[in-house]
Amino acid sequence: MSMNSQGRPSAIPTAAIPAAGVADAVTGTFTGNRGLQIEEPLIFEQDAAGRCGVDLPDAPKVASRLGGVKPRAKVGLPGLAEPQVVRHYTRLSQKNYAIDSGLYPLGSCTMKHNPRLNEKMARLPGFADVHPLQPVSTVQGALELMDSLAHWLKTLTGMAAVTLAPAAGAHGEMCGIMAIRSAHEAKGDTARTKILVPESAHGTNPATAAACGYAVESIPATADGRVDLDALKAKLGPDVAGLMLTNPNTCGLFERDIIAIGEAVHAAGAYFYCDGANFNAIVGRVRPADLGVDAMHINLHKTFSTPHGGGGPGSGPVVFSEALAPYVPVPYVTHGASGFDLVENAGDGPAFGRMKAFHGQMGMFTRALSYMLSHGADGLWQASGDAVLNANYVMARLEDVMTASFEGPCMHECLFDDRFLKGTGVTTLDIAKALIDEGFHPMTMYFPLVVHGALLIEPTETESKASLDQFIDALRALAERAKGGDVAYFQGAPRLTPRRRLDETAAARKPILRWTPPVGAEALAAE
Amino acid sequence: MRYLPLTEADRQSMLAATRTASVNDLFRDVPEAARLSGPIGGLPNHMGELEVERHLGAMAAKNLAAGSVPSFLGAGAYRHHVPATVDHMVQRGEFLTAYTPYQPEVSQGTLQVLFEFQTQVSLLTGMDVANASMYDGATACAEAVIMANRVTRRKKAVLSGGLHPHYRDTTTTDARFIGFDAVALPADPTGIEDLAAQVDDKTSCVVVQNPSVFGQIRDYSDLAKLCQAKGALLIVVVTEALSLGLLTPPGEMGADIVAAEGQSFGNALNFGGPYVGLFAVKDKYVRQMPGRLCGETLDADGRRGFVLTLSTREQHIRREKATSNICTNAGLCALAFSIHVSLLGEAGITQLAQLNHAKAVQLADKLAAVPGVEIVNDGFFNEFTVKLPKSATAVVEALAERRILGGVPVSRLYPGAMDDLLLVAVTETNTESDMDAFATALAEVLS
Repeated sequence: MSMNSQGRPSAIPTAAIPAAGVADAVTGTFTGNRGLQIEEPLIFEQDAAGRCGVDLPDAPKVASRLGGVKPRAKVGLPGLAEPQVVRHYTRLSQKNYAIDSGLYPLGSCTMKHNPRLNEKMARLPGFADVHPLQPVSTVQGALELMDSLAHWLKTLTGMAAVTLAPAAGAHGEMCGIMAIRSAHEAKGDTARTKILVPESAHGTNPATAAACGYAVESIPATADGRVDLDALKAKLGPDVAGLMLTNPNTCGLFERDIIAIGEAVHAAGAYFYCDGANFNAIVGRVRPADLGVDAMHINLHKTFSTPHGGGGPGSGPVVFSEALAPYVPVPYVTHGASGFDLVENAGDGPAFGRMKAFHGQMGMFTRALSYMLSHGADGLWQASGDAVLNANYVMARLEDVMTASFEGPCMHECLFDDRFLKGTGVTTLDIAKALIDEGFHPMTMYFPLVVHGALLIEPTETESKASLDQFIDALRALAERAKGGDVAYFQGAPRLTPRRRLDETAAARKPILRWTPPVGAEALAAE
Repeated sequence: MRYLPLTEADRQSMLAATRTASVNDLFRDVPEAARLSGPIGGLPNHMGELEVERHLGAMAAKNLAAGSVPSFLGAGAYRHHVPATVDHMVQRGEFLTAYTPYQPEVSQGTLQVLFEFQTQVSLLTGMDVANASMYDGATACAEAVIMANRVTRRKKAVLSGGLHPHYRDTTTTDARFIGFDAVALPADPTGIEDLAAQVDDKTSCVVVQNPSVFGQIRDYSDLAKLCQAKGALLIVVVTEALSLGLLTPPGEMGADIVAAEGQSFGNALNFGGPYVGLFAVKDKYVRQMPGRLCGETLDADGRRGFVLTLSTREQHIRREKATSNICTNAGLCALAFSIHVSLLGEAGITQLAQLNHAKAVQLADKLAAVPGVEIVNDGFFNEFTVKLPKSATAVVEALAERRILGGVPVSRLYPGAMDDLLLVAVTETNTESDMDAFATALAEVLS
């Protein structure tokens, strides 16, 4: 038997398997199920040899031509019929919270409604069933779609150029920093070894700068949650390649000094990278080009509603100012004599190379453009307005029972810290877990790092007032309950979920990262 | 606007609650000069569903859908039949519209899927452990090299001439900006290059692709032993994951890291993305891996459950000291992969792989019978290289005019070189009559 990575096989703890005819200690039912919450074993625990969920024709009888390499003996996958597979994934899906089921106020993550029209458009055979290396003459519509998306992104940001290549936001950051380095190198300036990053930044910002070989220097925040302009100016110099700044920032605030920040960065010969994760707050109302930005990635899954899908796929186009426009990765679409063309190789020009296979996340481009067309200029104006209004409304209705970290107005999200829990014994984590029992996904917890016990709430524009009121009332009640001293209630939460407070420490100490056959299974199978 | 639930009355009462006169007032921290006074110019106003469908439908109609004609393109993206169940399950809102599973109590569905995905990838590659996926195969390849540099504390990667040029270029882009050497060997259509000669005491890793971009299969067991002796890691790239259903897996050959593209299972061609990168390693490297990992644990009631784990490697905890800046995986594409592999199971995956190989052998024989055409590879899975007496680019254009997508000219991947070579892929979706039509048309075009 093959042991798994750290020598411990995956297993159902014996205590958790109810014996036949005996009620389960946790649920009180004989099955361990709880109404609509049905226990579901791993797919590997449902195997029957020879069973299969597809019907395939027999392979033609030919002599194999594997060049002397042996065919493998076995893979070790389980056999299930189609209805079993459907039931497996249906039951698993029912253990997820989703934006389709309710308010999902994860700050900085932008869980807004994902229109089904976008899904339908991405599945049109003319987009979904097109090979990336078909002759360019047979994919003119795909290139037109990329060109249209580029036009929308450039117009909405006011920037000179855009690359659609990056696969996700963090990948876009990498692209932006590569462009900045290319621009400095093109000027023969190799003395710039630092990137400045405010302490409220997403973790990807310092990780990206460091991955590109830069030293990361942190810029402190002022008492009102913004970048300390004087501290920034003091750090700017001929050794600084650029600034990475999120705007609106991760406290949900607009950087009031942004124009002065950009000017100071440019005066020092550096470039201004804006983390566009929060572009949804200002889209259609403010153009980053007017703020002095040189490069900014746009998370299509945030601002333009492509599905998060339990963690991806993302898509992270990057817009560039004139100064950085030549320093883009391949591929990109051009307007040729006989229609659209695709430049796939960097050649000797300033374009700096390739960041992934093929042409970017086409399936996400289609969804994003479908969202843009649905909204139009008027709808985007309204969407960012409603997003900001919803966040300010939540903040206004909670600030008497919770502690807002900074004075408003906020933008698309509002930040609270745990001062309101002081002396109660209840933590930010406890509030989050209790919120789960109330039927809500928790807000972002413990981020940004600039305040203690952060609770960052982003309602988005696709929530109704009734939905916000219900959420606000639940949070108000929980805040009062915490102040009332009911610590045990919070520490026992959540009570109503398929699983309760999982042991993350044990998971990291002795990682079990895959299923392995139970002890003796192979010997039994051989009998 | 159909996606916005607030009524004008709601807005007014909410503004009153925030003690603000107007929504525009909420934007007062934005410098006035940068605030637009109304909807942005130069873009159309909103459209209804029907109008959007017409608009995008017109664009889609300008493309030649691969499934509407005989299609033989591969080179890292393969047109397989995806069972109806896959896309139906992927579109369940609980999967589609969930976020990264940071709150495990309300994310056990996504987490168990990831745990099962990791197991499936480990089994297919023959490796000990896999992560919860990467952006795509090419970025997985580049991250594998970066990881090998970290593990060996060396800075020279040797890239085989059989490595897909997009994977090579993705890696060399990182090499330039991150600061390591990536020595790419010349293109190697027949798989005869001597990689062993390239490995020295500065080499962090050797990257090979199996089958190679030209379709050639090799056994890398000896190279694995040599790498081990020299303190370098062997990275095996796989761009056609279905080949793992038939061929000796990289883990059995002694690979230290496998970086693969998983698109073949569950995912449509999508003009090149989104796809799903697979990343698997030997046990001892688990803590050096990039990307998300899901692990098994117990909950407060002693029941088995799943959580994201070993996140101290990751950017949201480690910031500038993280193993990678990666923040997303390819969630939905990994789910599609996983469902398709579950439907296939042991019997299905073997049968499907054999079917692909047998059809490729049939087509190779049909094409070899066309005057002037020569098959370059002696061993292949479902894709092989053909030598033509004419420019492959011109031949492919001429075939497209006859409504046949006849493969990928090698010069598309190697600009200005080897334009007499054509990559041809065959899958279960190609019928006997597709293959005959291809051979007949090729004979016409070449005559």
